[in-house]
Amino acid sequence: MDMQSVLTWIAKASYFVATVLFILGIKRMSSPVTARRGIVQAGIGMVLATLATFAITGTHNVGLIVLGIAVGVLPTWLWGKKVAMTDMPQMVALFNGMGGGSAAAIGAGELIKFAHAGAAPAMSTLAFAVVGALIGSISMTGSIIAWAKLDGRMDKRFTFGGQQAFNFLVFAGALVCGLALIFWQVGTPLVVAFFVLALAFGVLMTLPIGGADMPVVISLFNAFTGLAVAFEGYVMQIEALIVAGMVVGAAGTLLTQLMAKAMNRPISGVLFSNFGGGGSSAEIAGSQKPIEAPDAASLLYMAEKVIIVPGYGMAVAQAQHKIWELSQALIKAGKEVRFAIHPVAGRMPGHMNVLLAEAGVPYDLIADMDDINPEFKTCDVAIVIGANDVVNPSAKTDKSSPIFGMPILDVVDSRQVIVIKRGKGTGFAGIENALFYADNCRLLYADGKEAASRLIAELKGIESGGGH
Amino acid sequence: MIDPFIALFVFMLAAFTGHEIISRVPVILHTPLMSGSNFVHGIVLVGAMIALAHAETPLAQAIGFAGVVLGAGNAAGGYVVTERMLEMFKSSKDKKD
Repeated sequence: MDMQSVLTWIAKASYFVATVLFILGIKRMSSPVTARRGIVQAGIGMVLATLATFAITGTHNVGLIVLGIAVGVLPTWLWGKKVAMTDMPQMVALFNGMGGGSAAAIGAGELIKFAHAGAAPAMSTLAFAVVGALIGSISMTGSIIAWAKLDGRMDKRFTFGGQQAFNFLVFAGALVCGLALIFWQVGTPLVVAFFVLALAFGVLMTLPIGGADMPVVISLFNAFTGLAVAFEGYVMQIEALIVAGMVVGAAGTLLTQLMAKAMNRPISGVLFSNFGGGGSSAEIAGSQKPIEAPDAASLLYMAEKVIIVPGYGMAVAQAQHKIWELSQALIKAGKEVRFAIHPVAGRMPGHMNVLLAEAGVPYDLIADMDDINPEFKTCDVAIVIGANDVVNPSAKTDKSSPIFGMPILDVVDSRQVIVIKRGKGTGFAGIENALFYADNCRLLYADGKEAASRLIAELKGIESGGGH
Repeated sequence: MIDPFIALFVFMLAAFTGHEIISRVPVILHTPLMSGSNFVHGIVLVGAMIALAHAETPLAQAIGFAGVVLGAGNAAGGYVVTERMLEMFKSSKDKKD
């Protein structure tokens, strides 16, 4: 074997090992016991594959390659190190968009090369290059919009008349350009038009989607990027990209379905109809009844079983540490305390678990919706903090409500409900909450962190006999 | 050159693999797992590196360079945030209290 074949062999063997490490890593990440090892393993695979690639790149442009890696790694590494746990969903969206952009860039480079060479490559190569570039481009610009929305840099929704027809036209345009590239000829103007339309469609399709649907969209784009990577992997003839990309594409698709199911929103509904801000729901009878911290503390003092329902608002108020402190005080006083997590609490399934884990809550106290829902009937006090739509009984009773049919936590079944809330106002999806008007519900108007601190202080006061 | 039909078979098998290994994931790990799978498609960096290595014209170099920067960002950022999230998942036995 000559030197070049040896180097190629080393690279291919490393890619094989890296791919095995990726699959094992993802599998290990599916259990809390092995999850940490899983990501480290996948990380080793990535470093191995990247270093092995230098064996086949030769010396041409190698300085540019090293510079590119440094420019890509340094800021994202530092940013990722210090970003708050609450901002994780948009960070995932952003990094995912970068991956989509990278796949699109590979497609663009290859298509431009074909255009200059004059001779068309095999039809299959061309088709995978075009499809991968289309999906990657949509994933990139769509993810950037998703990031901007979740990061509060952009209005939640952006709609205009005839939007769906316009979006369809842009997508059809991108598709026609793509088909022309595959079946007619690869020309530079056509390549440029194709990318402009594909990138524009990513923006357009994400603009009208409301914040409540964003987890599904991020997950969908994650699957998209996986597919784009797999297809461009075929173009570049690198098996590791084909397998790793496809595994992520399939896993991401399943995850997207699970999330959409939890929200009772078909994926087509998320993408093609508007959600949130629907004002057509039935008028809610009754009034919102406030409660003060001392009275709320007395209710807790007399309770035997307390269920805490945290939502994204708790994390925004950075109240999770104080809430855990309050829970510990209640546990010490002999009460049964559990945390009830809705599948879409936080901004992605499992996001709330991350935030509670950060505060130190052990996960055997945390229960999923299906396990905890029968328990509300025997619960003395349910504390809702920062959650809104996921505890709205209208989802079960009001057919005209935009969230009708969405599975909810049956908080309203508890003997007493205390809702900690900054003020009157609707949730992320902009829908009135019938729970707040229920007879057994009291609203404690305060910042989450402050409310938890006051409840802890009042509880101490009661226990030391300070006052009833 | 990989035969297109062989590639289709590999696509299919990899898709079933991805579906299978994620189907047993508890909800509590969905966010870190999404982040972790997001990291794994950062392998696109390797493709971008090879594309840049073959780039001849300044335009191709610019596109290839953008691909490498974006791919490296996907991999590095994806790793850091996933590792940070998973680091916090400790079982109740690991905790002193």
